[in-house]
Amino acid sequence: MPSYLLLIPFLPLASFVITLLLGRRMGSRCHWLPIITVLVSLVCAIKAFFEVLHGNIVNQDLYTWISSGSLKVSVGFLVDQLTAVMLIVVTSISSLVHIYSVGYMKGEEGYYRFFSYLSLFTFSMLMLVLGNNFLQLFFGWEAVGLSSYLLIGFYYEKVSAADAGKKAFIVNRIGDFGFILGLFLVFVTFGTLHYEPIFANAEQAVGQSFAIFGMHFDLPTAMALLLMCGALGKSAQIPLHVWLPDAMEGPTPVSALIHAATMVTAGVFLIARCNPLFELSSLAMNVVTVIGAVTCLFAATIALVQTDIKRVVAYSTLSQLAYMFMACGVGAYSAGIFHLFTHAFFKALLFLGCGSIILAMHHEQEVGSMGGLRKYMPITYVTFLIATLSISGVPGLAGFYSKDEILAMAFASHVATGKFAWFIGTLVAFLTALYSFRLFFLIFHGKFRGTAEQKAHLRESPPVVTVPLLLLAVGAVGAGWFGVPEILGGDNHWSHFLGPVLGHPEVHLGYLTESLLMSVSVLAGVGGILLAWYMYIDQPALPAELAARFPRVYRLLHNKYYVDEFYIRFLVEPIKEFSRVLDRIVDTNIIELVVNGVPRLIGALAAKARKLQDGLLPHYLTWMGGSALFLFVWMFTR
Amino acid sequence: MSIPLLSTLIFFPVVGGLSLLLVDRKQTGLIRMMALIIALMEMLISLPLFFLFDKTTHRMQFTELHAWIPALNINYSLGIDGISILFILLTGLVTVLSILVSWEAIQDKVKEFFIALMVLEGMIMGVFCALDFFLFYIFWEAMLIPMFLIIGIWGGPKRIYATVKFFLYTLVGSLLMLVGIITLYYHGGHTFDIRELARHSYSPGLQMLLFWAMFAAFAVKVPMWPVHTWLPDAHTEAPAAGSVILAAVLIKMGAYGFLRFSMPILPDATRAMMVPMIVLSLIAIVYGGVICLAQTDLKRLIAYSSVSHMGFITLGIYGLNTQGIEGGILQMINHGIVTGALFLCIGMVYERTHTRAIADYGGLASTMPVFAGFFMLFTMAAVGLPATNGFIGEFLILLGSFINRPWAAFFAATGLVIGAWYMLWLYQRIFFNPVNARVRGLPELNLREVATLLPMVVLIFWIGLYPDSLLSFMHVSVAHLLDQVHGGADAAQQVAAVLAK
Repeated sequence: MPSYLLLIPFLPLASFVITLLLGRRMGSRCHWLPIITVLVSLVCAIKAFFEVLHGNIVNQDLYTWISSGSLKVSVGFLVDQLTAVMLIVVTSISSLVHIYSVGYMKGEEGYYRFFSYLSLFTFSMLMLVLGNNFLQLFFGWEAVGLSSYLLIGFYYEKVSAADAGKKAFIVNRIGDFGFILGLFLVFVTFGTLHYEPIFANAEQAVGQSFAIFGMHFDLPTAMALLLMCGALGKSAQIPLHVWLPDAMEGPTPVSALIHAATMVTAGVFLIARCNPLFELSSLAMNVVTVIGAVTCLFAATIALVQTDIKRVVAYSTLSQLAYMFMACGVGAYSAGIFHLFTHAFFKALLFLGCGSIILAMHHEQEVGSMGGLRKYMPITYVTFLIATLSISGVPGLAGFYSKDEILAMAFASHVATGKFAWFIGTLVAFLTALYSFRLFFLIFHGKFRGTAEQKAHLRESPPVVTVPLLLLAVGAVGAGWFGVPEILGGDNHWSHFLGPVLGHPEVHLGYLTESLLMSVSVLAGVGGILLAWYMYIDQPALPAELAARFPRVYRLLHNKYYVDEFYIRFLVEPIKEFSRVLDRIVDTNIIELVVNGVPRLIGALAAKARKLQDGLLPHYLTWMGGSALFLFVWMFTR
Repeated sequence: MSIPLLSTLIFFPVVGGLSLLLVDRKQTGLIRMMALIIALMEMLISLPLFFLFDKTTHRMQFTELHAWIPALNINYSLGIDGISILFILLTGLVTVLSILVSWEAIQDKVKEFFIALMVLEGMIMGVFCALDFFLFYIFWEAMLIPMFLIIGIWGGPKRIYATVKFFLYTLVGSLLMLVGIITLYYHGGHTFDIRELARHSYSPGLQMLLFWAMFAAFAVKVPMWPVHTWLPDAHTEAPAAGSVILAAVLIKMGAYGFLRFSMPILPDATRAMMVPMIVLSLIAIVYGGVICLAQTDLKRLIAYSSVSHMGFITLGIYGLNTQGIEGGILQMINHGIVTGALFLCIGMVYERTHTRAIADYGGLASTMPVFAGFFMLFTMAAVGLPATNGFIGEFLILLGSFINRPWAAFFAATGLVIGAWYMLWLYQRIFFNPVNARVRGLPELNLREVATLLPMVVLIFWIGLYPDSLLSFMHVSVAHLLDQVHGGADAAQQVAAVLAK
């Protein structure tokens, strides 16, 4: 194993341990170690990327982790094209977020704790993408969940933050419930949990069935759907999306790194990694597509009316992740990973931009108190604009290329769900532009709506904050240039590079169709921008009028379709009630009744029997005589 | 063997404990220190087992054999194999930690407390070493007495109720087992040697009777649902050291009993009763987990969580395949470490606040950050996060049960969600949320307390990252056990056959 590969995850691990144990003593200097280690990891990741580019794929075991019977799992690394891309995404965004946090978290209680958790997260995420087997993936999967839990609940004295962290962990566990059963099924089918032999023999599973509860399921479908459960949890897709908006309780750099750019994309990574298994089941693929499409529209409509700036961006993340799901569902994995890549930059930029605004606003997050910030925060303004243009799919920027690739692939797919996904995707492209520019206009344009005190403190953030913004802006513009499609004169390096892992889906779209599709999606984006301009700049009274005209729709969207309320009412509360019933009735009144009843019964009988022994000689004589007589009669009459 | 290591392990703490009688009762510092030294030496004595153990044979090792009551063919027969060795090491460690956690918590009748603790350790060692069923029974019952005293004298306000309940529950079970043992003696060729008994075959009807006789003793001890209700009471009333030993070692004896006696001696009944045992285990997992959500008492919650975790263990054991049983044994060790550690933690915080009500806590992470860190780690091990020991055990158990009975793994896996729910909720109510006035200004862990918890941390990661170091002790013995259960058919073939299906 080349040592630079070992450094990639284990440097952040070392930094986590050291910073957690000694950080308190290092005070405000404790950020140096995490920053340096993540930068070294970045350098090593770039080296790994170039090694892969030259065709050096590494797949090596470090040591045997568990062996029991026929199960043998190692800790080992697989560095191929997919891993290389993920390594770059994780280490680069993580580096920028580390640096940004120096400014953002300055003077916060638990500064060292924050940086050590960031390192823990980076380590976990890197282990997740580096693993050469499912169990190590699962290790990383759960460990990023832990880091996310710790960071969401960073301000743990706030009940809402502690609740949100717990919710994230538990909802993810529900997904993992399916995931781990999927792992078992993979093991029972292939006799191993290592990627290479599984994917090489994936065809084995075809035509087999899996029996549970007396029912028979198609084995590949069962396997893919169970694995998908895990992906739904981590990537916050319906019906397990509820944790992500609440996760915004965490500090903003965390939202950018974990809840936008990296961890939440792990589900997409999982599906892409397991593409040989998903390919075996068209049903599972269709399910992925439909869930993606539904989540995409669902989240985008909610984002239209939210007023907390981070929540808007959070719902936008749900919606963009759903694009990636749609891509995977139609078999366009490399398009999905492409969007993962570009999204990492423009979404991290949006979040960090929000962070910069929140700093300036003294932790005010309601868009109602903002407005006109353009004048005070020029760098944040420009970079936020770039990110917003990118997510809206304006040609030339990163988001355009990846989104367009997904829509084209969806349209080209042979299945009906593909066309459905294309339709929804195009519609949501319009909505995306609308809600993104709504946010943008409400924050930066118009008049300032906050208090005079807030206004007096408005200023641009320090360079440690703005430099990461500028660097991310470069990514938000240029990240798409790796995958310029043929019709725009590019040669789609991206999909060729990932081809060996993710396959080359056959696409037969004519030049005309493809350019038509592209025009439609560009029009959708531009239309959204124009509508946002009309509604929030030209006619600023219009949104309130609309809300008043359609109060039900507005309330439905504002309350996020009442999904949380539904879960609490029909899932959480019944289980709690069940728990009380078990505790107060079954345990204390049924089982304990028997447990305490038997000795009590014996005690009562003994009290009765004791009366026989009253110490009176005549009674004893009577008993003796009577018994003797009885025995006498019994012996002779028998 | 020239040195009777196992006998030394059994009687050294007993003699050592009794030697405390010679010390003046006012010299509590000396008594504590002596107890600690004795326990540490005991641990030292157990270490050679770890290094000298031959992992390539399923035969009993370090055996000792002396005639005891020749007329009835009762022998003083000791020995260990891959199934029992880890429990001996665990017992040694846990006793040391129990002494450390009692250092200041026990102020009353200090001498008697440590004597009871030392005698208890000796008897537990005896249980895990005995190869003669009669001898086993003696240790099994003898161990109850010091435990009874520990809860009954140094326990909480409702201690008398809890001890009587604990005693009666276990005694009823044990007596049924005694009947079983005597029946076995007559049908198994007038011997109490468990290896001899396992070589005999018994009629299916008799096996079933004996199975339930042993079940009575072992199921109560595990405790399996529905005979678990003594555990929450015993845990809540016991002093910290009592809870730790109870959780870490004592309840493991039940599961150990299934492995050591029921399975090899009664293979047909074991196979026949596989599904009922799985169902009982599943009920325990879900019931124990869900009921935790309604608990308001810290110790009660952890006690019910033990019921749930022990359900995993019996599920694994009755998976009757390699992964299930190895996972089950490993999980017994893991549960001992993690739940032991949780009870140590509760003991430490109880010493400061004198309340077990969860509602009296909140925001402890601000006042005791180091303690919060330890507790977080133990919580994560309890919910089975990978890289901690809890994950390895749960994973193997679930995998083993999935191979045989996918539906069982399906229901058991819900325990992972519920487990995360009640543990994180507990953690939140104690350590997060606004700081409760009752915990403001509490002193952070002292050096002794940190030293008590550190070994557990090391073990959690050691087993979590390198479980092979423990699993390798089991492989051969478990394969042999499976041979016995599956009537000589090669266990690996069994697994392969299931896999091929």
